[in-house]
Amino acid sequence: MALDLSNKTFFGHRRENGRVGVRNHVIILPVDDLANAACEAVAHNIKGTMALPHPYGRLQFGEDLDLHFRTLIGTGANPNVAAVVVIGIENGWTKRVVDGIAATGKPVTGFGIEQHGDHETIMKASQVAKEYVQWASELRREESLISDLWVSTKCGESDTTSGCGSNPTVGNAFDKMYPHGTTLLFGETSEITGGEHLVAERCRNEEVRERFMFMFNRYQDMINRFKTSDLSESQPTKGNIEGGLTTIEEKALGNIQKIGKECVVDGVLDKAEAPTGPGLWFMDSSSAAAEMVTLCAAAGYVVHFFPTGQGNIIGNPIIPVIKICANPRTMRTMSEHVDVDVSGLLRKEMTPDEAGDALLDSMFRTVNGRLTAAEALGHREFVLTRLYESA
Amino acid sequence: MIDFVVHDEGDSVGVVVVEGVKAGDEISGWIMDQDREIKFTAASDIPIGHKLAIKALKEGDTVIKYGVDIGKVVADIGKGDHAHVHNIKTKRW
Repeated sequence: MALDLSNKTFFGHRRENGRVGVRNHVIILPVDDLANAACEAVAHNIKGTMALPHPYGRLQFGEDLDLHFRTLIGTGANPNVAAVVVIGIENGWTKRVVDGIAATGKPVTGFGIEQHGDHETIMKASQVAKEYVQWASELRREESLISDLWVSTKCGESDTTSGCGSNPTVGNAFDKMYPHGTTLLFGETSEITGGEHLVAERCRNEEVRERFMFMFNRYQDMINRFKTSDLSESQPTKGNIEGGLTTIEEKALGNIQKIGKECVVDGVLDKAEAPTGPGLWFMDSSSAAAEMVTLCAAAGYVVHFFPTGQGNIIGNPIIPVIKICANPRTMRTMSEHVDVDVSGLLRKEMTPDEAGDALLDSMFRTVNGRLTAAEALGHREFVLTRLYESA
Repeated sequence: MIDFVVHDEGDSVGVVVVEGVKAGDEISGWIMDQDREIKFTAASDIPIGHKLAIKALKEGDTVIKYGVDIGKVVADIGKGDHAHVHNIKTKRW
């Protein structure tokens, strides 16, 4: 019995700005590397909160700094987050992150460490975090529509089974959700190489196509500027090659199975930029799993489809990452990381429609609150994308 | 029993989807786009996920998978042989 999405609803957390989240996190967000210790201390003090330590935020400038702020603000603004405590070494950049998150209407307070030290900062931030987590614990989920969902995708440690099994499963689910006004996303700019003409053909109009090719060529230029080889073992990765993928073109053609056969590329985003309406969006991004998923969360996506072949184990602190796998060896050796087993596709024991429905069923259970494998295993990879050196 | 899959009947390679394929094994393939089955003899040991050539390929030939160019042949590949980084390279970068 095929899944009927027309009247399908789920229970989510509707936030102050109208967006719907599927988790209810209270996060302790460092503006910079120096604030990690205080954030971790607060998260240790106040149960049910989560620190997001990262190594950056000092002496960045220009577009790289803009991306840093966009990513931190987007992370705090994500509807899976109920409330945020922000801590930075000084007040100025801390306030910039607080103000950006506050635009959503959600509770957020910032603390600068200078002139106070870690002890006083941790004490005051812990008092606020305690209020936030107790308040958030009383928020109730409410019935929400499939058009309230923002779903992103990116594959990882792909192999040849990704292209014939797990990636087309995501494509099937995307094709089914697209007509219902879901906001969808794919990216991985370098990993389109060899299939860029196919994505260009799928763009809504000439303007979208030009923007897509601009992003594609910008990434190619960067690779050509810095490469010292044909990138074999980096893109495709050593794991991809172990799994049987030989060239970037082969990997790319498997990758783009994730956008299905019918949905149209409606718009193009820069890294961590939020879409402005429903439909399928392309986001310029790294193809490294944790960087890409972190950017998806910062762009406002609330749940992620992650097909894998060889067994990428990634998770994300903000958005649940649903793993899909078609490789029977991976299912035999590391099934604890996989949410949806579609290896039956390669034995003709499962149709593409059944695989897509199995993924959608897993998605509805996940957005209603069931923890993914990555969440249960504690995978919270939070990795900020850098564009170049600090000053 | 499906031992390997081929995306499109125009492709030069298929993908082994079971463990333990050895040289000389008679194996069955499924051409997915046309939903047709083919029989084949593996000419090399081929690990799961790796490709076998379903056509003989000469150095300089273009390799087709998904009906699309996925790179160039850099060493001749016999029918049924293991096709991977030792005999195929990207045309990009």
